[in-house]
Amino acid sequence: MVTLESSEIWDLLNSIPDPEVPAISIVELGVVREVRITDSNVEVDITPTYSGCPALKSMEEQIRAKLLLVGLTPIIKTIYKPAWTTDWMSDETKEKLRAYGIAPPEKLSFENLHPFANNDKGPVACPFCSSTDTSLTSRFGSTACKALHFCNGCRQPFEQFKCH
Amino acid sequence: MMTDLNKALIDFCLRIADNSLIHAQRISEWTGHGPILEEDIAMSNVALDLIGQSRGFYTYAAQIEGDGKTEDFYAFRRGEREFRNKLMVEQPDNKDFGFTMMKLFLNGCFDYLMFRDLMKSTDETISGLAAKSIKEVTYHVRHAGDWVVRLGDGTEESHQRIQNSLNELWPYTNELFEQDSVDTLLISNGIAFDKEKFRDEWTKMVHEIFAKATLSVPENNTYSPTGGLKGIHSEHLGYLLAEMQYLPRTYPDAVW
Repeated sequence: MVTLESSEIWDLLNSIPDPEVPAISIVELGVVREVRITDSNVEVDITPTYSGCPALKSMEEQIRAKLLLVGLTPIIKTIYKPAWTTDWMSDETKEKLRAYGIAPPEKLSFENLHPFANNDKGPVACPFCSSTDTSLTSRFGSTACKALHFCNGCRQPFEQFKCH
Repeated sequence: MMTDLNKALIDFCLRIADNSLIHAQRISEWTGHGPILEEDIAMSNVALDLIGQSRGFYTYAAQIEGDGKTEDFYAFRRGEREFRNKLMVEQPDNKDFGFTMMKLFLNGCFDYLMFRDLMKSTDETISGLAAKSIKEVTYHVRHAGDWVVRLGDGTEESHQRIQNSLNELWPYTNELFEQDSVDTLLISNGIAFDKEKFRDEWTKMVHEIFAKATLSVPENNTYSPTGGLKGIHSEHLGYLLAEMQYLPRTYPDAVW
């Protein structure tokens, strides 16, 4: 018998930090898609950020551990549709990323969806000094979801959460 | 008793999954050997995306096949005759960085167009996996395409080397579009789509980049290696599998 409200379960899940970017929760990241309460159990749908994201397994274990503490053994399902997008992050979440030192993703546009489209949105603002005198160092960063930039203003490298 | 449609669906998923997995294994051989740190990281990331994509399709195939099959079974417990990847992706990548980028570009453009169609599949899982994969593939093609241009219109040596890579890989591109009765059955059910229909678009895509890169496609090419759909491979696949499958073959059911 599940005695918690759906909103209480969402709150619990919202207290689980993203294993790679602990400044935001897995709910804010958009990985938790749905929580369904059934007669005897709770079902949680999660979706990967990138197909090969190695953190998904860890997120699943943390969800299990968190809900076990309140006596629930969730059925966790990985779903692929709709495909995860950084557009699911709220402005508040993006601000958390910036404050943590990661430039937040810009809004997804049509150009992102074709490999040859002009993808130049102008420079990404530095999360440390807000300068826009920055350049892309590498499309790929320390995790699948980030790219590497350099700020000429404060002479520091920084990461950007890629628009996806 | 499994229906013909389900059998075809399993084959279809394994073909996509095998192609991504073998391609990923080749790219991952660069890990620790990239020409610069950023590209080393880039290639590991690309390989990870491709492994992720193959896992999605393997898992779906396992779900349909049942019988205790898992994604690991398909990846680690099958021999070369059972792998359905195209011959291009199994070709060794240890030649030069440009060769790897050219291969990623040629196969990536194909995958981009294939997944764009599959997003409209009547099979919900296939369309979901396609919608997921296409975003990653788009990014890979953009990256590889930039390198093809940069090396192509770079120095005399970089131009010659990337041109050699194109000459070597071009014959393998014909196989990308091969189809058989598996495809026909799925096409008639709205699950898959005719690859011939985007062949012209693929050709236009790659030529657009080759023009920028000042590269020319080999003319009068009559060599067209094939066999992936039937599991008939070049000698390179066996060596690749021997390395990739070593641990689970030697220590069955070992856990991390």
